[in-house]
Amino acid sequence: MDKLRIILSGIVKNNPTFVLMLGMCPTLATTTSAVNGAGMGAATMAVLILSNIVISLIKGVIPSKVRIPAYIVVIAAFVTVVELLMKAYLPELSKSLGVFIPLIVVNCIILGRAEGFAAKNGVLDSALDGVGTGLGFTLALTLVGAVREMLGSGAIFGHKFIAGDGMLIFVLAPGAFLVLGYLMVAFNRLTAKMKS
Amino acid sequence: MEYILIIISAIFVNNVVLAQFLGVCPFLGVSNRVPTSMGMGAAVVFVMTIAAVVVYLLQYYVLVPLGIEYMQTIVFILVIAALVQMVELVLKKVSPSLYQALGIFLPLITTNCAVLGVAILLVQKQYNLLQSVTYSFSTAVGFALALVIFAGIRERLELDDVPRALRGTPIALITAGILAMAFMGFSGLV
Repeated sequence: MDKLRIILSGIVKNNPTFVLMLGMCPTLATTTSAVNGAGMGAATMAVLILSNIVISLIKGVIPSKVRIPAYIVVIAAFVTVVELLMKAYLPELSKSLGVFIPLIVVNCIILGRAEGFAAKNGVLDSALDGVGTGLGFTLALTLVGAVREMLGSGAIFGHKFIAGDGMLIFVLAPGAFLVLGYLMVAFNRLTAKMKS
Repeated sequence: MEYILIIISAIFVNNVVLAQFLGVCPFLGVSNRVPTSMGMGAAVVFVMTIAAVVVYLLQYYVLVPLGIEYMQTIVFILVIAALVQMVELVLKKVSPSLYQALGIFLPLITTNCAVLGVAILLVQKQYNLLQSVTYSFSTAVGFALALVIFAGIRERLELDDVPRALRGTPIALITAGILAMAFMGFSGLV
């Protein structure tokens, strides 16, 4: 039961995008379509789970003064692994995500979970926290990507449902800010309603 | 001419925040007041320009000769983190007044993905040293420009009656979206 709560907390109560508002750059930049958003989310989730596991394993060994640089090295190593794997097996996705794959290193969510959770909890819990937070991030990115794709190119996961083009602005930069802004409004309204 | 194109493209056409989405966190976080946003902008210009030189030398005199380009991400992030610390220490000794002005913003820059992003991009674009410095300096100026304009708008926004669900980040994002639309007007320029 407790394990389930760790996973759910990352998805709903501490959703990295809508509640904590961390990792805004990839959320805005890579969500031109639902597939791109999901791909970015999955890559981040992989790094998050692996780095959470390793950091919770070595938490007793690292002196607390140098812990942040040590975490960054662990995270950067896994980002490099994910980057090379994606280049080899998913060249198309890797190309469209571009510079944002190496930039997973500076995604505040990962360092935040390392410092805030993995450094204090056991291996299994840390892995589950990685799964939960990663899923929360992936779902949010897929949602933003899906909305932008629907409005911007009249398609969902690449399947067109209108003839002709959509409103191009939603695929371009301003659309990212607008869609995320209004989705946050909806999320705020929903949580406010649930509380009252 | 080529350098002018790099400058205009980096400041206006491909604005780092509003078109490339790098450094959005400080853009949303430190843009409540115009003076603070100017301090942050200046600190980013300072660090990003130095980082471009260091990263360039590192890439072409260490990583490429050794054939370990795949270590790029790890090496760059560590060097940038160390660089920020060093800049802080040097500034404290050499120019206390400048340190006073930029001090609190410097540690925040490590997590500014714009610095690492620009470092990776200038290697990808295969710029030479002078082009790299020009590119990262003007990118940072673009960041400062967007930040100051945005802070000016947000100062005004504070006085307005914003619906409750839109308060805070949502209205900031929507404002940024409209600002990004304005910047799209530059897109035919280069």
